[in-house]
Amino acid sequence: MIDKKQDLIDQKLQDLNNDGVDRRGFLKCMAWAGTGLVWTISGGIPKSRAFAKTADRSAGKGADFTFVQISDSHIGFNKPANPDVTATLQTAINKIKAMPQKPDFIIHTGDLSQLSKPSEFDTLDQVLKGASAKQVHFVPGEHDMLTDNGEQYLQRYGKGTKGAGWYSFDHKGVHFVGLVNVANLKAGGMGSLGHEQLEWFEDDLKGRSASTPIVLFAHIPLWTIYPDWGWGTDDSEQALSYVKRFGSVTVLNGHIHQIRQKVEGKVSFHTAMSTAFPQPAPGTAPSAGPMKVPADQLQRVLGITDVNYLVSGRSLAVVDSPLGDPGASSAGGGGSTSGS
Amino acid sequence: MKRNSLWVASCTASVIIAIVLPVWGSPSVAANDQPSAASAAVKIDNFVFGPQTLTVPVGTTVTWTNKDDIPHTTVSTDGVFKSKVMDTDEQFSYKFTKAGTYSYYCSVHPKMTGKVVMQ
Repeated sequence: MIDKKQDLIDQKLQDLNNDGVDRRGFLKCMAWAGTGLVWTISGGIPKSRAFAKTADRSAGKGADFTFVQISDSHIGFNKPANPDVTATLQTAINKIKAMPQKPDFIIHTGDLSQLSKPSEFDTLDQVLKGASAKQVHFVPGEHDMLTDNGEQYLQRYGKGTKGAGWYSFDHKGVHFVGLVNVANLKAGGMGSLGHEQLEWFEDDLKGRSASTPIVLFAHIPLWTIYPDWGWGTDDSEQALSYVKRFGSVTVLNGHIHQIRQKVEGKVSFHTAMSTAFPQPAPGTAPSAGPMKVPADQLQRVLGITDVNYLVSGRSLAVVDSPLGDPGASSAGGGGSTSGS
Repeated sequence: MKRNSLWVASCTASVIIAIVLPVWGSPSVAANDQPSAASAAVKIDNFVFGPQTLTVPVGTTVTWTNKDDIPHTTVSTDGVFKSKVMDTDEQFSYKFTKAGTYSYYCSVHPKMTGKVVMQ
């Protein structure tokens, strides 16, 4: 009873906040709960309170496992709006450490570094170590392959991978595929997977049961968000044709430093915030360069994504959590799901 | 549809350029007896090469300067020249010693394209 009352209060507050989690939007999220994927996202600044409710109602207590996606750390970047990207990555790691359910692993969707410098990779490694994660899975961003066609990246992060660094692995019944769409980019084009990788990918999925949940992750979005800025992958359609027969497909990307999501049939697309600096919404600025925001607002537009997977409900709950937690008090004093 | 046909058009254009351009050995070696010390600049700003088409006399040294907070490169579509990655305010220069149209792009952000026309 009390919960119900609290829910109503929450919804009211969210309406009043006018911060993206309006009641209609929230109900829309809820509507997906029965169909496979549960998303609790709200135009950049998700409410952890809303996540708690979603988790309680649909995902049930205690997901089978949780993993965290972080992206676009750009270690080495030192300009406005973030002169200290190492510190904001550290904040992200602290949030991961404070999570109530320890993630089984971390996925980093690329642009670990700003200029592919060894010192930048060193710093990243050092900060990531602090997360005490059992494993971190990487895919490269274009910033990680700037100088040497990604040789150094592959040496450090690509052990056991194929080609430019693609690979797959299974975890508790979920099949994960890391794809690389930042190598050998063609003039005038967007991201590209290339024939060799597509062939490998098709082969990798062969013989897998259609009921296997699939998680694809790559740096540049595998759906076209804004071609004028190259925010898409030229041959992603072919890649996605290979996963059509699967009942649950989640696509996790980075590159655009903001949350965007789309559900198309059984495929859910999601882009993550950066841990370094925000980028403008498509077409709202002359270019996709770093967005300068006031220092006190920076942590609202940086963040991490954690994904809860529940085998029985076959659902993935994707939750974005900003580094700062400005909404917690206005949402009724609810605690952050990932701590703060 | 419109976009696709535009793409096809631009692809075709670069193919034609590739055919028209002669193949030569070491283009970075400038001819010593040429008197020209001409130079021209291309500014990279807001993910755009400006001017997008630069038309200059043969022998001109073109210097690209990155004015963005994000690194860029300048890479010839036909493999004639290739810059290292340029961080903010860093430059790359190349002396063109033969006439022709040189298409180039940023290999990090391939939507960024430009042309240098040597007359």
